[in-house]
Amino acid sequence: MAVSTPPQRTAIPFYRDTRIIAIILQAVFAVLVIGVLWYLYTNMIEGLRRANLLPTFAFLRTPAGFPIAESVIPYDPSMTYGRAFIVGALNTLRVAVTGIILATVLGIFIGICRLSSNWLLRNTATVYVEIVRNVPLLLQLILWFFLTKAFPRVQESINAGGLIFLHNRGVTLAWPATTASFGAWAPWLWAGLLAGAGFYAVRRYQFVRRDRPGVALPWAALIAGTIALLGFVVTRIASGTWPVTLDLPELQRFNFEGGLTVTASFAALLVGLVVYTAAFISEIVRSGIQAVNKGQREAARALGLTNGQTLRLVIFPQALRIMIPPMTSQYLNLTKNSSLAIAIAFPDLFYVGNTINNQTGQAVPVILMLMASYLSVSLLTSLLMNWYNRRIQLVER
Amino acid sequence: MSDHRSSDDIIICEAVNKWYGEYHALRDVSLRVKKGEVIVVFGPSGSGKSTFIRTINRLEEHQEGRIIVDGIEMSNDIRNIDAIRRETGMVFQQFNLFPHLTVIDNITLAPIWVRKKTRKESEARALELLERVGIKEQARKFPGQLSGGQQQRVAIARALAMEPRIMLFDEPTSALDPEMIKEVLDVMKELARSGMTMLCVTHEMGFAREVADRMVFMDRGQIVEEGTPEQIFTNPRQERTKLFLSQIL
Repeated sequence: MAVSTPPQRTAIPFYRDTRIIAIILQAVFAVLVIGVLWYLYTNMIEGLRRANLLPTFAFLRTPAGFPIAESVIPYDPSMTYGRAFIVGALNTLRVAVTGIILATVLGIFIGICRLSSNWLLRNTATVYVEIVRNVPLLLQLILWFFLTKAFPRVQESINAGGLIFLHNRGVTLAWPATTASFGAWAPWLWAGLLAGAGFYAVRRYQFVRRDRPGVALPWAALIAGTIALLGFVVTRIASGTWPVTLDLPELQRFNFEGGLTVTASFAALLVGLVVYTAAFISEIVRSGIQAVNKGQREAARALGLTNGQTLRLVIFPQALRIMIPPMTSQYLNLTKNSSLAIAIAFPDLFYVGNTINNQTGQAVPVILMLMASYLSVSLLTSLLMNWYNRRIQLVER
Repeated sequence: MSDHRSSDDIIICEAVNKWYGEYHALRDVSLRVKKGEVIVVFGPSGSGKSTFIRTINRLEEHQEGRIIVDGIEMSNDIRNIDAIRRETGMVFQQFNLFPHLTVIDNITLAPIWVRKKTRKESEARALELLERVGIKEQARKFPGQLSGGQQQRVAIARALAMEPRIMLFDEPTSALDPEMIKEVLDVMKELARSGMTMLCVTHEMGFAREVADRMVFMDRGQIVEEGTPEQIFTNPRQERTKLFLSQIL
């Protein structure tokens, strides 16, 4: 080596060592945060002790004593506060999961409409987005709620083909229902699923071994479907009833018998959240599609793919990668916004929590439980979406 | 239309005009290309050469004049547009491979969805084409894992998989590092010798000299001059052509 290197200096004073400085700054920050939190906590406990309101979770095992308008699990006022809390949580989950699915479907549809070459379609979608996302959600929920209240009495329901009935207590839908012969069909269903899964596993193994891609899923689905369908017909012939039928709602004297009835509160909340969130999702979809390089569309069109094929096979899979992170935010927003249900009397987690708080005066435990519940649902959603996001990332180098 | 079919000309452009707003991008461009001919289109940037070859498969719409490809008149009829696109393959400056699909899926996508071929036969064909362009071993990789030259060769294989009668090349080597240009040009030369009708926008004069049947010089949206490579290189008739060649050679 002709170039002389300066002698290696090993001893750096610790206060100039960037690694040590970084650690010290971290430690100082941590001490500050813990100190502030500790101060707030002790202060709160002291205040609560003086007011004789020390937080405890014992109330969870005492009877709630208040009714809840709708529940997916059995509930009556003699059950505990803990049970009531779970009822609320399940109601929140019900509206959040349904809402996320419907908002995604509607959002994608409107997002694609926004890019349509059809003038009317494009501008209708634009007007929808601009109105919906610029009006407060609370206002919209109340609007939907009053709209359902304006529907006629049950006896004079607005009837859509005998499948959907709108009335002032909510919405009644035709819904699939299992019959007595379902038990006879179940083995067929399981056999179909097992055969399909088995076929899929074997095919995948073969593809991997021969290092060739191929289609297994459609065939597996076809096998499973065929066996299930065969069983469906056989069961019908053997027992005389279809194992699953469409349960059509029938108007009795005061109410509907059969079908699925959702309350006006639930319907208004679901529609409100879906309509509102779909407007934001449609913007994410639009920007995602527009962010894909226009050369991709040109290449696909030059190969002779139709407009629809280009969108489905080339543009959308790439747009999806751009869309997932902001989409996650919208899913979280929808879940958290469902707490506005309190305004239209839908007994969701927040509504029930609020009632428990009013009755027991245990504000701190209730708020903590509410926060923990929303936080765990949100973190779970994020986790799933992040996993999906990583799975579809592009392979490069 | 039968009168066009009977002739040898596979591409006929008659007085094609195109405007972008006020800007007159193509002025009365007329060109006839015979089956199996290799044409090199060259000229300064902004001369309309890319726009011109992109009107042939309707990536750009022309406003006046006629374009007839393999006996099919380019019109607003979506059936004609699709038919012409199936007959013409195109290779772009930026490759435009589909980054979410493996190399082999890039190639089989259109045969499966447009030509309705089975996956099996499309993949067999794709592997043949990859062998032809010399990168069979890259079939399972994603485009992002390949070099520029390899990507462009995949793009050529992808276009060939549709069994086109005409290949359009829009500056296929302009985005490549120098050492990768040769591998792409070699594939193009092989293709030219196999009898493919080719319309290439390129500045690779060596390529033009070696395989072009005719060269077309464009400037300001017009065809200034056309002739054999021999005549263009040794004895250009127009001053503008002479000037341009003196700058790039």
